Amino acid sequence: MIKLPYYPGCTLKTSAKNFEISAIESAKILDIELIELPRWNCCGTVFSLTSDDLIHHIAPIRNLIRVQEMNGNGIVKDEHRLVTLCSMCYNTLKRANLRVKENPDDFKKINDLMYLEEDYNGNVEVIHFLELLKKTGFEKVKEKVKKPLKNLKIAPYYGCMLLRPKEVGIDDPEDPTIQAELLESLGAEVIDNPYKKVCCGSYQTVQDKYVVSELTYDILTHAQREGAFAITTSCPLCAFNLDNRQKEVKEKHQDFKQIPVFYFTQLMAIAFGLGEKYCSFDLNYINPRPLLIDKKLL
Amino acid sequence: MKEGKNIMDRIAEASKSITTGVDEKDIKNWVTIYIMGRGYRVPADLTILTAMEYAGYKFIRGCGCRQGFCGACSTVYRRKGEYKLETGMACQTRVEDGMYLVQIPFTPAEKAIYDISKEEYNINVFFKYYPELARCVSCNTCTKACPQDLEVMDYVQAALKGDFEGITEDSFDCIQCGLCAIRCPAEIVQYHIAQLGRRMYGRYDNPEPEHLEKRLKEIKKGKFDKEMDEIIHLNRKELEKLYAERKREPD
Repeated sequence: MIKLPYYPGCTLKTSAKNFEISAIESAKILDIELIELPRWNCCGTVFSLTSDDLIHHIAPIRNLIRVQEMNGNGIVKDEHRLVTLCSMCYNTLKRANLRVKENPDDFKKINDLMYLEEDYNGNVEVIHFLELLKKTGFEKVKEKVKKPLKNLKIAPYYGCMLLRPKEVGIDDPEDPTIQAELLESLGAEVIDNPYKKVCCGSYQTVQDKYVVSELTYDILTHAQREGAFAITTSCPLCAFNLDNRQKEVKEKHQDFKQIPVFYFTQLMAIAFGLGEKYCSFDLNYINPRPLLIDKKLL
Repeated sequence: MKEGKNIMDRIAEASKSITTGVDEKDIKNWVTIYIMGRGYRVPADLTILTAMEYAGYKFIRGCGCRQGFCGACSTVYRRKGEYKLETGMACQTRVEDGMYLVQIPFTPAEKAIYDISKEEYNINVFFKYYPELARCVSCNTCTKACPQDLEVMDYVQAALKGDFEGITEDSFDCIQCGLCAIRCPAEIVQYHIAQLGRRMYGRYDNPEPEHLEKRLKEIKKGKFDKEMDEIIHLNRKELEKLYAERKREPD
């Protein structure tokens, strides 16, 4: 079993518990133990673009120091990768890491501000769980499949945080395939469509839910037109907008047929034969159980 | 002063000038402190609180238990020649030569009114009453300010994760002095948030103690009325005797 430091983030501890638990249990099947970072704090939520706004980079860098501490006190051995699941956390942590590495003056100032902590040494590598799976090998994933997702037509949705900006993207920002590769190895039929990277509306959802529900309508109906039965994502905010906002979509578009939105890890858990025990489908807004029962996966 | 003498004895000796009115000439060690910018020569072993009283201040607010428990005598100070702003409880911090200090007898802070029995046991309760919680940037200034050496930032972060057990454990020794809130650049009122967290945890995450239910019923039925009535009508001497002879539960 490989032991890896893992950063959950606030949403995976609250409304996206279904993402966390399915990921942790699926990782075990692949001989990967995701060990929660001790004393982790908020990732910073959004990477600050203001050039002199160093205070907002303290939160992400403090988390990277915790990875050093895990190595220091032997929880992990010489393991400097930090695994993330939430696309937002991935993006913020990775960009802050890059920023301090590229700006020695900022690096020093941030370390100075955190004088109670050991200095960050710049050696931590922030990775996304999907990258880890790719590195582990989708062939290996395939070997562990007990219940292939046969006849399950899935449209993967990427959103922006996994892909942009280019220097932190885990895949081609114009034509990402990493989720498709995973889903294929799980036995699913992948439905590719150009809306897989169209903005979900992000935090507009707080200000005006109907701005988001129109985007959701476009994204989902395009996938449905191509034949998709469900969507997968790795971002709790995208998941909220695509899943929960279907309520508002239905208000405006009576012809709209609701469609389940999975975290990709929930489908891993099903394919690995873990059943729904580690899927917490009660947290999905559109109940995915009827679809899975229909496809004899539950 | 003798080597190795117990620190409490030293403080007691130094405090004699206040407690029993010992002559100044008997005090051997002196320091100069600056209270709100004005210099005072005070006995070196005093706490900030007793030193201020020595200097002539009289506390009618901003001072309570004098034991480091009540959190009333918050102090902010800088040592001579240092850039760092320090914090402490005046009754627990000894004066140092060249110390610049001011008392913070009260922390202006919004304290939410709520009925915990009507709240849902999830993270939203924090944002409902203290939405500024989301402004935390993990700068750790609150932790640096805490005179109880609590990991204040960790419990604020626990609130952000909806971790009621974490916030309860990490804030348990909070004395609500308010120094964290005064220093916080995000203007969060940490100690009120922690109190909300502890109340919710106590209400929803601990089983109702059966023995308490039982005892409350007994009290309502009047099981202890006769005994209470007797105690109320004792005179001081009888009461003292009863207290001295009381049966104590083991600590």
